[in-house]
Amino acid sequence: MSQIGSFALLLALVLSAYSFLAGLVALTRKGAGAERLGETARRAGIATFAMVFLAALVLVIAAFQDDFSIAYIFHHSNRDLPGAYKFATLWSGQEGSLLFWSLLLATYGLVLRLRYKTDSRLFAHASVIIAAVQVFFLLLLNFAAHPFAVMQGTLPQDGNGLNPLLQYPEMVIHPPMLYLGYVGFTVPFAFALAALIMRYPGEKWIQITRRWSMVTWGFLTCGVFLGAHWAYSVLGWGGYWGWDPVENASLMPWLTGTAFLHSVMMQEKRGMLKTWNMWLIFATFLLSIFGTFLTRSGVVSSVHAFAQSSIGDWFVGFLAVTFAVCLFFYVKNRSHLRSEHKLESLISRESSFLFNNLLLLVACFTVLWGTLFPVLSEWVQGNKVTVGPPFFNRVNVPVALLLLLLTAVGPLLAWRKTSIESLRRNFLWPALGAIAVGAVLIVVGIRPWKDITYLYSLMTIMLSALVGFTVISEFVRGGRVIKGHTGQSLFASMVQLAHRNTRRYGGYIVHFGVIVIMIGFAGAAFNQDKEQEMGYGDKMSLGAYTLVCRSYTQEDKPNYSSEWAIIDVFKGGKQIETLYPERRFYKASQQMATMVANRSTFKEDLYLVYEGLNQDTGRPILKVHLNPLVMWIWVGVWIMIAGTVVALIPNAVAVRVTAPARIQAAPVGAGD
Amino acid sequence: MRNFVQKTAKLTFLIAALFAFVASDQDARFQTLGHKVMCICGCNQVLLECNHVGCTYSDRMRGELASYVDRGDSDDLTLQAFVQKYGPTVLIAPTTTGFNRVAWVMPYLVLVLGLTTVVLIVRTWRTRPQVIAAGGGGRAGDAELEHYREQARKDTEV
Repeated sequence: MSQIGSFALLLALVLSAYSFLAGLVALTRKGAGAERLGETARRAGIATFAMVFLAALVLVIAAFQDDFSIAYIFHHSNRDLPGAYKFATLWSGQEGSLLFWSLLLATYGLVLRLRYKTDSRLFAHASVIIAAVQVFFLLLLNFAAHPFAVMQGTLPQDGNGLNPLLQYPEMVIHPPMLYLGYVGFTVPFAFALAALIMRYPGEKWIQITRRWSMVTWGFLTCGVFLGAHWAYSVLGWGGYWGWDPVENASLMPWLTGTAFLHSVMMQEKRGMLKTWNMWLIFATFLLSIFGTFLTRSGVVSSVHAFAQSSIGDWFVGFLAVTFAVCLFFYVKNRSHLRSEHKLESLISRESSFLFNNLLLLVACFTVLWGTLFPVLSEWVQGNKVTVGPPFFNRVNVPVALLLLLLTAVGPLLAWRKTSIESLRRNFLWPALGAIAVGAVLIVVGIRPWKDITYLYSLMTIMLSALVGFTVISEFVRGGRVIKGHTGQSLFASMVQLAHRNTRRYGGYIVHFGVIVIMIGFAGAAFNQDKEQEMGYGDKMSLGAYTLVCRSYTQEDKPNYSSEWAIIDVFKGGKQIETLYPERRFYKASQQMATMVANRSTFKEDLYLVYEGLNQDTGRPILKVHLNPLVMWIWVGVWIMIAGTVVALIPNAVAVRVTAPARIQAAPVGAGD
Repeated sequence: MRNFVQKTAKLTFLIAALFAFVASDQDARFQTLGHKVMCICGCNQVLLECNHVGCTYSDRMRGELASYVDRGDSDDLTLQAFVQKYGPTVLIAPTTTGFNRVAWVMPYLVLVLGLTTVVLIVRTWRTRPQVIAAGGGGRAGDAELEHYREQARKDTEV
């Protein structure tokens, strides 16, 4: 089995190297011979997919067959592991996840190469760039992190098993989503670099990659929040985001990718920010690779990083070469990236995009800075320092609040120039609504003057309300116009409105999802928790809830043994639910893991962790968290996904866009 | 006699209130300081959020924190004692002294520099000259340009 996998990987490397080199040669020559060579390169790229797919399939089959002669299967699986987790073995370790990365890249490459007729020359360039990235990952798989390395000596009877923290349903979908996002940004990156190399005229490359970028961003969004949900449900510390380096690694490309999705509109509509957009997508791709480097190099400590290994050097080399190539072609062809329009007013959609991009990049820089500061500190001072949640929260919350404000104001601004009168007219009612929300919150008991976190929380909810009201007013205003013309209901009119310009209104729905998430985050200021020994019949009160310990019980399963508490939950003297917080002991890995019991409502989560027995008293300990508004976060994510899907639907009626006036000769220094 | 009872009752109440205040203050300090220190068992969690039952580090560290707070040590002294014993990585965030100050200053500096740059860019763009190519290349007149602007405004409104 391992020989088939190894051979497939080696053949994939040869094919991708051919696809890269032959494609490169074909692009530098002209004539029928070059075309034929280019076609062979394209087909080699397609065949690369077949070989990588075969290698991944072999690894999965080996996991299901408990083939412990393969070291990777021995280290990440065991006989009694449930089937879904055996499948997840593919991305549970260093080597397998790199193979999975390579498989996704090959799949994206396959789709791109099959659609080459859209613009054969541009696609040929992009195909060569993707082949180069593929060569890097296949080199890693063949020579540095081989997933089919065989066990030496006597074959073990059983494997070490999967890390208990990873034995959770979301682990079957979280990494694929995240990787689809990470890897997916290779495609817009490849098109951007191809367009720069070719001095490709116009904004067609952006139109071609628009769907790629949005789908990729959607996957990354799902991946990031699935990770947060996994942390909340499995780690048992009551939170969903700990600013761990690996979490940060996923957030950074998301932030630059979000900035790109916004600023790219300026290039499409106004022919501006060409250089900026080019570098944004370069940065997003580089940050995706950098995140992978952080996770695998051991340069920063993390609870869920892969084992430390030497492959970090490979990533540093790849990052350096990629950056050098981007810089070279930028310097060579930068004259091609001049803006076609000037900015007419500070109060305009264009400048709101500029500020939006600035804030997203400052947030990205802050995350990067905080993640790497321990390394910098060790280098400068000789000792590491910890940069934990208080740092990230303190510096990022003000930036997030400013971003929320821009999210509210930006859509109300017209392209080119907005009059103060127009802004006042559109902004007055949403602003009054937001102030009313703030007043209500103060009346019901939020005291922003008592603690900075309460102030931030109040401001977050008020600004979220502001965004919500502006989004609703945009829908209602447009819907009324259509209603006036067609006579149909307001709701039907708003649906038609969204269908006419899916990108714009899908974007608004995404914004709405963002504010729902932000409201969920704001709830964290009011978290409560309590820890107590709970014997039979013991009671504990937290908030409006009273918990009564009914019993404890145990169970033995093939993969793990578990013990759990049976806790009756009372509210207002009435039993409302029974919860079962659990602790598991995984036999193969000899490790413990918690399974949180959570009663989630829109108002709050009652989150129970059974922490085991007190070693001194022998009595069980229960930790209870009361986390307000957490469900809003997960609902917000669904709304964001729905908005992304709406934005991907083609418009019902083509939206007419006037062609931007062309500049004959831009003056010196007229770049973005 | 009645006066004495009243005074005794008031005094008892005051003492009880004082004890309650001191106890709640100590509890609050324990909570605050416990969220400024990491558990060093490798879990990368805040000391009071480390949920590993039987974690020898967090239990011991919580005990030490409680004793510092009971003894009435100041916040600085308590944190310094942890740094002395476990090294600087025990603090959850960089201090605001020496090189560590850079960690805090840099994000705000970048934000301010970025804002300044964007404002300057916008101002430069607003004032820079531009040549518009209309069809074959003639310069568009003001009226024509205004017409295009108006058209674009209409097109971008739904």
